Amino acid sequence: MEDKEKKGSQSSGKPDNVPETSRRDFMKRFGLYGAATFAGSAAIYSGLKYEKSKGKDEYVKVLTEDNKLVKIPKDQIEDLDPTAKTLSKLGREGIPGKKWIMVVDLAKCKNARNCISACQNAHDLRPHEYHINTLEMQESKNSAPYFMPKTCQHCDNPPCVSVCPVDATYKRQDGIVLIDNERCIGCRFCMAACPYSARIFHWEEPLMAEEDQDKTYDVELNVPQRKGTVTKCLFSSDRLREGKLPYCVSACPNGVYYFGDENEDAVTNGTTKETVRLSQLLRDNGGYRLMPELGTEPRVFYLPPKNRSVDFPEKSILDDHDESHS
Amino acid sequence: MSLNKSTPKYNPDTLDRVATDLLKPVGLSRGFIIWMTFLILALFACLYAYYIQLQEGLGVTGMRDYVSWGMYISNFVFFVAASLVGMLISGILGLIGYKWIVPIGRIAEIIAIAFAAVAGLVIISDMGRPDRLYYLFTHGKIQSPILWDVTVVTTYFTLSFLLYFFTLLPDLAISKNRIGHTPVWLQKAYNILSFNWQHTPEQYKVLFKIIRILLILIIPTAFAIHTVTSWLFAVTLRPGWDSTIFGPYFLSGAFVAGTASVIVAMRFFRKSYNLKKYLTDYHFDMIGKLLFLVSIVYFYFNINEFLVPGFKLKKMDALHLQALFTGHYALLFWSTQILGLILPMILVLFKKMRKSGPLAFISLFVIAGAWLKRYIIVVPTQEHPFLPMQGVPDMWLVYKPTIIETSITLGSFILVLIIISVLSKLFPIIPIWETAMEQDHSNDKPLGE
Repeated sequence: MEDKEKKGSQSSGKPDNVPETSRRDFMKRFGLYGAATFAGSAAIYSGLKYEKSKGKDEYVKVLTEDNKLVKIPKDQIEDLDPTAKTLSKLGREGIPGKKWIMVVDLAKCKNARNCISACQNAHDLRPHEYHINTLEMQESKNSAPYFMPKTCQHCDNPPCVSVCPVDATYKRQDGIVLIDNERCIGCRFCMAACPYSARIFHWEEPLMAEEDQDKTYDVELNVPQRKGTVTKCLFSSDRLREGKLPYCVSACPNGVYYFGDENEDAVTNGTTKETVRLSQLLRDNGGYRLMPELGTEPRVFYLPPKNRSVDFPEKSILDDHDESHS
Repeated sequence: MSLNKSTPKYNPDTLDRVATDLLKPVGLSRGFIIWMTFLILALFACLYAYYIQLQEGLGVTGMRDYVSWGMYISNFVFFVAASLVGMLISGILGLIGYKWIVPIGRIAEIIAIAFAAVAGLVIISDMGRPDRLYYLFTHGKIQSPILWDVTVVTTYFTLSFLLYFFTLLPDLAISKNRIGHTPVWLQKAYNILSFNWQHTPEQYKVLFKIIRILLILIIPTAFAIHTVTSWLFAVTLRPGWDSTIFGPYFLSGAFVAGTASVIVAMRFFRKSYNLKKYLTDYHFDMIGKLLFLVSIVYFYFNINEFLVPGFKLKKMDALHLQALFTGHYALLFWSTQILGLILPMILVLFKKMRKSGPLAFISLFVIAGAWLKRYIIVVPTQEHPFLPMQGVPDMWLVYKPTIIETSITLGSFILVLIIISVLSKLFPIIPIWETAMEQDHSNDKPLGE
């Protein structure tokens, strides 16, 4: 044994004072370490299991934004630190249990354009970059012209989502169609596919590119905006997550917009804050959707422009917009 | 690429004569070097335009939110269209067994390779974020026609390249000892690329099998690439694109563009490579007839595409057709249809017009018309969306290509010319082995004379 050890140490050319391990020693230690490792991991595993089961029974009291004290299971607490990854995950999932819906009362629109500027402020857009735009519409020379706010229609059968090659634009469980600027490759197939011309593209460096460059990208806000990608109306899904109405809806001074949850059958007017029954509002006022014949199933409803509270100039706008007007 | 299954038996004298004739233009002539230098310098100028676009964004083009697909996409469609001729000549006509395509099969194949390869690059120049191209593979969603397009275009390119290479293989072996007049590196390349081909009956048996499989595979693939390309438009709801005949309409148009391209190339090689004996009046006569055939099929689809919506005049279709027939695009539309399709179709009915000179001249009009026709299919539709275009600068309403995007488009053509030039100057443009074989099979009547 001793000889062997010496031989080994000599042949390996190591100094004599370093103790060499024999095979038996090694096996012994291996067994010991192995047992220790096993015991340790078993302890950690059972500890974890205990922690997990503990979470199921333990509750944490949390004060919500509307000052309600609620308790939630400890294991369901999720870190809301807004890293791009968590934001993107939340943004893809949507808000469970909701089916967001918008109703636009055309009779009330006076083309104040507050919706447009509020939207452009929130999303760092230029004056010609519209997530929402109000259009002057006229069906025929005999019918009266009216203003029509137009957002993304958040179709339930969205043509844009079908054609996207990289799943950058997608439909969420709460009915919202979003676009992920970190995924978009800028092919603009979705713009070609959208019959409502709802989408815009960043042809140049976005307006606030420099100011926003340190911000964490939020897919529900599309900020920071990214050059070479598509953006569009998001139904202000960042505000919905906070329990607030969309930017355009809150900014309207004329009570044009109702917004709410189809599941609850309730929509709230952004100006008067009055909440009404969705089904009744649509039934009583002859609610309709844009180009229903295309089968896109929009989530934006319009109430016809009867008894308009705004007067247009005498001249029919069809004379001006013959080329561009449908 | 005739599919004569028997092992070719060359008469050594015939082979010698054919090889000498066809290998004479191979190699680096002074003219070729000047031409390539010119092309490469021009390409760099165009690449600089692309560099500007990468820096500034797609805002340097004339495209805006309403017309968001412009010259790049039209050019892409044209490139895919022109590449289809490889399948038409080698695949369809070759499998049927037409002999007159023997000397032009390789020209068609080279055109197919060049246009298919560059089509892929053209589509990248249209992307807002070319740096994310690989997302197509890492995050690709199979329901999008773009994914289908990427798949079939790469498949078609691969098949065309293999078809080109395998039919070149015996030629490389025949030529490797006969190109003493070319640089040593080229001779070495021939030696390596010929893979020790020995002209044994077994080798030919395998070769014929491979070519046959490729020819059969390439037909559905070629149909797929242009049908899928047409679906990029036809799957949308827009008036002018929302059409059920876009697949065959595009396909038939592709054959017109491709045939005309082959004719121009034939004329060029006949002249500058001194190939009068091989690209004869007979061949021009035949391909002139082919041009008529594909044109009249395309004409038929044009009638369907415009007459039916024109009869009904649905509101949105009416706006679109009005822009084409009498409005903003009338001049472009009618000159494309008349000078690029109807007149050439009538002219090639006359035997005199099917001589090499006039036919190539007519074909130039056909090519120009084919390119503009893609532009007319892609752009005007977007100027008539369902909802009115308002609140944007006037220049956003009508698409006008800028100098930068024109240069980038020009660059893609230059790249096509570079590929065609290299392949046609460094390797024989007419299959030596097939021609020699053909001449021996019909020794009472030398090819085409």
